[in-house]
Amino acid sequence: MRAPAGASDVRAAQAPARRVLSDFVADPVAVVGLALLCTVVLLALFAPLLSPQDPYDLAQLDIMDARLPPGSPTPSGGTFWLGTDDQGRDMLSAIFYGLRISLAVGAASTVLALLIGLTTGLFAAYAGGRVESAVMRIVDIQLSFPAILIALILIAVLGQGTGKVIAALVTIQWAYYARTVRSAALVEKRKEYVEAARCLALPPLRIVFRHLLPNCLPPLIVVATVQVAAAIALEATLSFLGLGLPITEPSLGLLIANGYQYLLSGKYWISFFPGLALLLTIVSINLCADRLRDVLNPRLQR
Amino acid sequence: MPVYVIRRSLQALVVLFAMSLLVFAGVYAVGNPVDILINPQAEPLERERAIAALGLDKPLWEQYATFLRGAVAGDLGRSFVHSAPALQLILERMPATLELASAAMLIAVALGIPLGLWAGLRPDSVSGRAIMAGSILGFSLPTFWVGLMLIMVFSVMLGVLPSNGRGPTVEVLGVPVSFLTVEGWRHLVMPATNLALFKLALLIRLTRAGTREALLQDYVKFARAKGLSNARVILVHVLRNILIPIVTVIGLEFGSVIAFAIVTESVFAWPGMGKLLIDSINLLDRPVIVAYLLVIVALFIAINLVVDLLYSVLDPRVRLQEARG
Repeated sequence: MRAPAGASDVRAAQAPARRVLSDFVADPVAVVGLALLCTVVLLALFAPLLSPQDPYDLAQLDIMDARLPPGSPTPSGGTFWLGTDDQGRDMLSAIFYGLRISLAVGAASTVLALLIGLTTGLFAAYAGGRVESAVMRIVDIQLSFPAILIALILIAVLGQGTGKVIAALVTIQWAYYARTVRSAALVEKRKEYVEAARCLALPPLRIVFRHLLPNCLPPLIVVATVQVAAAIALEATLSFLGLGLPITEPSLGLLIANGYQYLLSGKYWISFFPGLALLLTIVSINLCADRLRDVLNPRLQR
Repeated sequence: MPVYVIRRSLQALVVLFAMSLLVFAGVYAVGNPVDILINPQAEPLERERAIAALGLDKPLWEQYATFLRGAVAGDLGRSFVHSAPALQLILERMPATLELASAAMLIAVALGIPLGLWAGLRPDSVSGRAIMAGSILGFSLPTFWVGLMLIMVFSVMLGVLPSNGRGPTVEVLGVPVSFLTVEGWRHLVMPATNLALFKLALLIRLTRAGTREALLQDYVKFARAKGLSNARVILVHVLRNILIPIVTVIGLEFGSVIAFAIVTESVFAWPGMGKLLIDSINLLDRPVIVAYLLVIVALFIAINLVVDLLYSVLDPRVRLQEARG
């Protein structure tokens, strides 16, 4: 990151974002990923408007429609494009609503974890000394255990529920952000602009958030993108194991778990399509993350 | 070296102790096992007798002290549900998990290193790109869903592989194993493949990145300038140098494979300790949860220690730094 110079402040601040965008779209695979991701997000946002039925309005469900294969006609003359589950629920609608819940949980936990990890990491780097080594010690120990294990410990300890799943995801993820932002901040804080800000006797809070933070953002954005995908996958896994979200919040993982018992009798669609939706969501995010990593990598910048 | 081993072992003990405290306090603060384990219709007197029998009437710290005293002696409490020692329950299921994890790691290594090497040598070829695209997919595929799809294709549609369980086992030195019989292999192959996918993708990426970096090094150029055959340059000069980080990662990832086996075991009803954990969490069988976590933490610490030591044996530079510092 070059330091902005005098009058061209505004231009210099806008230019990186535009450069990143134009670099990003130069790769066709990344564009496909981004388009897919936008579609998924839009489907989730407008699920109530796009779904053929409200899958959780019991008045709209008919048990006679249970476990119909994809393409079966509905009683009202429509089509169950992706079949129905054991309650006679349209799978397409259930997937739209499930996406909504999966994405919301993934995004909420990522934002919270980002805020906590970022603040901790920045202050650890800025403070240095004992504070820093204590925080990084915790981060190291935590990161040496696999996420699924920590999640299960936390669920066993906290109990089940939406809030608790988010709490578990945040506890797992903050460490990744803390480590990333700290290593970026360690490099940045030795640079002259930080020294200059210190000489001006600016308050530490201002130095940390206005001067250090913006320059630590690029690696953080990449990690955050990867972690959204990881959070969504982990929530789905927990829900599949019956330890995640409650039945009142049917995420994609829960839909897949529902279809598990029917899979062995050849009724594949109840598990298959929600899993496909989950897969497409995660792939699209990972494709974007892969490209962002290249675009934001200072070593590859011209 | 001995100083290093002792220091690392002491560190490990501290982590183990802290974990036991955290896990115990957490798990024992959740819910009320009395409501779950004792018949609600029971007489008050009967209830009290049951509470006393399970030791649930004592203060938390006293329960922990009892637990810790037992833990040092290898007694991690009795399962509320199975009424058997928790440690014994876990150790009975450990061979199944270790067998599954080893098979998965074997698949990941046997496929991942050659594929990664190939993709690293030909980064711009169609096959190289296809391998990389496949590895992104491997990272993105939700493990449990892939497991379901494997069952759907190979058990339901084609009917060639069994969908659950471990099949008949053969005792080797008193430990039941499946990999010695054909039937055992047929049960093992699907769960092991499922568990291997994620690590396979990781190993492909790691080997590819290492190969690409190694190819630019002077010693590779020098080996080529000497007129060595391509096979010798790749197998001796490139592969041996990239194996150091790969061996470390394989070691460290073995622990995470054991942890991830929880999911695979649930999908394929594999009778390992991961499935026991899930069942215990659902039943709030706290002694088993605590015992499982302590066993796996101990396993992790042991693996990390071994990998660290192995690393310093493999890479002389690490030892030098250790001696200087």
